[in-house]
Amino acid sequence: MTQRRDRREILKLVGVGGGVVFASSLLGMRQADGKGEKKEAKSGPGGKPGEDFFFLQVTDTHWGFSNPAVNPESGSTLKRIVGAIKESKEKPDFVIFTGDLTHTTDDDAERRKRMSEFKEIVKELEGLDVKYIPGEHDASLDKGQAFIEAFGETHGSFDHKGVHFLRIDNVSDPSAIVGEDQIAWIKKDLAKIDAETPVVVFTHRPLFDLYPQWDWATKDGAKVVDALSAHEYVTVFYGHIHQENHHTTGKIEHHSARSAMFPLPAPGSVPKKAPVPWDAAHPFQGIGYRRIEPRAGDAAKRVVELDVPKS
Amino acid sequence: MSGLPVLLGAALLLAACRAHDEHPGAPAAAERVVHVTAKKFEYSPSEIHLKKGEPVVLELESLDRTHGFEAPDLGLRTEIHAGEPSRLRFVPDKVGRFPFHCDVFCGSGHEDMTGEIVVDP
Repeated sequence: MTQRRDRREILKLVGVGGGVVFASSLLGMRQADGKGEKKEAKSGPGGKPGEDFFFLQVTDTHWGFSNPAVNPESGSTLKRIVGAIKESKEKPDFVIFTGDLTHTTDDDAERRKRMSEFKEIVKELEGLDVKYIPGEHDASLDKGQAFIEAFGETHGSFDHKGVHFLRIDNVSDPSAIVGEDQIAWIKKDLAKIDAETPVVVFTHRPLFDLYPQWDWATKDGAKVVDALSAHEYVTVFYGHIHQENHHTTGKIEHHSARSAMFPLPAPGSVPKKAPVPWDAAHPFQGIGYRRIEPRAGDAAKRVVELDVPKS
Repeated sequence: MSGLPVLLGAALLLAACRAHDEHPGAPAAAERVVHVTAKKFEYSPSEIHLKKGEPVVLELESLDRTHGFEAPDLGLRTEIHAGEPSRLRFVPDKVGRFPFHCDVFCGSGHEDMTGEIVVDP
């Protein structure tokens, strides 16, 4: 049964002022030859292939971050987003947090405390399927130990309504690599599905060299991209850079999302990377989360940026 | 059979080049040595002045834990382990300011652990 989601209702319920991110396409809807001809992907395992659905990406919530000049609402931002999701009548099939759930701390006990507080807030989403991957703030100082205790394995895969989803960990190694063991697992995992099954990848860092001068890269990301390249329809959603960025490597699309705590400047736009100060005239500007409807026929509905409710 | 010595030679040459790049031995007499220390969350000096065309060895020493040193615009990258100095040997071939940073996540001030190599004419 195909069910259409009412985007206007979702936007209304979450108090959205956000716009459409890009008009290109996702899963199996990419322009095949530049002549307007569309090629349909095959349906993969899991769920009901071909059925419409949407999910939410929330990233870089940095729970524990405290700097009123950057975000005087740091204690409420995550709660506002969770509240909006909870109150919406339209429920996502799942919510994924793509890393930096917590702001880093050198104190292991404090890290666990922040993760515990984060879980307590997100518990409001009880009844929804909530998934996680770590960011370097969560996992790089203890190789993911506290994250695993709180949220489970740092990488994995699942199938949903004909789409194959991969959660990739490129932060538990403090040198920002995926590592040979995980790459071998990725290859083995992808070998189980047809080359035309749509694949959606979640990572924290970009898998390509977005701006290595600011550490916006994954050192062995090219090996992952190479492994993914055998598949026809691959879309990567990531965080880390605290802003939207849309990039293509070969056939693979890479889309970063805004942070749910503070924005960062455009790559290379300032001499030193630092959070963008809060603009009292435009509260929560540059902060938000994202709704993704992979199979939406209307390109304007496929990825929609959602703002933090102001009240 | 005749290809084997060539392959072995090539492999040895490759290994030698790699060792030269990543773990060069004592600096040659004509090279300028710049000692740089790294600790949470700073380099000293954080601004390294070099001259274009002058061979240099950056001798990097960590005073506490593992850090990284990456200057992408100059193609330089190494890890710096405590108690085990790392060396980067190169000849600056362009004038300008080139940022470097720690690329091994090292703690709450990691993102501030940056510096610049300034290559003068």
